[in-house]
Amino acid sequence: MAEGKDKGGLVLLDFWVSPFGQRCRIALAEKGVPYEYSEQELLGAKSDLLLRSNPVHKKIPVLLHDGRPVCESLVILNYLDEVYSGKPLLPSDPYARAQARFWAAYSDKVYELGTRLWKLKGEARAQARAELLQVLANLDGELGDREFFGGEELGFVDVALVPFVPWLPSYERYGEFSVEEAAPRLAAWARRCAGRESVAGSLHPPEKVDEFITLLKKHYGIE
Amino acid sequence: MAGGGDLKVLGVWTSPFVIRVRIVLNLKGLAYEYAEEDLGNKSALLLGSNPVNKSVPVLLHGGRPINESRIIIQYIDEVWAGSGPAVLPRDPYERAVARFWAAYVDDKVGSAWTGMLFRCKSEEERAEAVARADEALRTLEGALEECSKGKPFFGGDGIGLVDVVLGGYLGWFAAIDRIIGRRLIDPVRTPLLAAWEQRFRAADAARGVVPDDVDKVLAFLQTLLAIGSMK
Repeated sequence: MAEGKDKGGLVLLDFWVSPFGQRCRIALAEKGVPYEYSEQELLGAKSDLLLRSNPVHKKIPVLLHDGRPVCESLVILNYLDEVYSGKPLLPSDPYARAQARFWAAYSDKVYELGTRLWKLKGEARAQARAELLQVLANLDGELGDREFFGGEELGFVDVALVPFVPWLPSYERYGEFSVEEAAPRLAAWARRCAGRESVAGSLHPPEKVDEFITLLKKHYGIE
Repeated sequence: MAGGGDLKVLGVWTSPFVIRVRIVLNLKGLAYEYAEEDLGNKSALLLGSNPVNKSVPVLLHGGRPINESRIIIQYIDEVWAGSGPAVLPRDPYERAVARFWAAYVDDKVGSAWTGMLFRCKSEEERAEAVARADEALRTLEGALEECSKGKPFFGGDGIGLVDVVLGGYLGWFAAIDRIIGRRLIDPVRTPLLAAWEQRFRAADAARGVVPDDVDKVLAFLQTLLAIGSMK
């Protein structure tokens, strides 16, 4: 396989603003694993490579390892943690691992509910807002007074959740709420994560994310 | 039977998510206490153990709760790695493939399942959900061929993660078959899955756990619809 030949056989099919792709980029950066980044079309025609690699969902991210595809961001994170043992993302204790997997999967709700905020109006938007505030409060409670969900270092939950941080200012605007008020410890955590090189190097500023949301709204014909 | 400390499952007897956990405990030869929950009147233990989702299954191990069925299964597989068969493959790439298909089942089959039974407000909506189930099962027919490589199960020689995740829905499929007047897992359209279903239902670990009384399941459906607990 020619793809990723100089990068340990790793190719990441991704889209610049995708938080699910960013989870993979941050994990790879944390572990110091080299890879080839391959930007894919989201709204235009999908590449043959993407369609071959993820025929079921036709979505990014896809991690190709010596040509073999791994799909779904959390599946990719588990895979990376098992193959590249340096700087583990998951703790070694099975109970702690189960907790980390729970909260990483739970973090998907931030994006699901946030998306409903900008796509929907009226009662449906209000419902999404209420649920999102509950999710943020739950995450805030789970973090507690720890520096990161992973303790003193970024862990599985941090990597899963942090890519949604640049989307929060947009959600705050559409939902008319403040993360600082609703989940102050989470807001402080977000600022701490921004200082990490792996995170700063992978995320885009909120303004860019907001422009992208506006683009998506046009694409879907939403006012 | 090993137990390694007290194990308790909070569940509902028809829940695909509970059934899969019980099958895994059986595969591993683990003794456990089972407590049936009333979704219309959830126990303090359930609400305290899973405050975020308030859902079953919950596995309590030495009193500590683990939530979310696929996470519970991986926990059991890791803690009791030495006893009984491995539920996830050992190779990291094969594990990733198994996790992918397990997530696919719950995403596509799971959402069609709620659509076919709990969320449809008309026969048209039910038919639309059935079509989605058909499409997902067609894809899974191909996945079974790939994953099993001619062996009896998605997991190969023995039952694995994808088997228990899909197998948990079989009791409901039989009930849906009665409602729609034909089989979801049709031996003509999905022959590999149809043969797989027979083998799975006959497995020791599944017997007594996968519901086989369609009338009972249909009666329970009415209870669930009355509670309105299935979103």
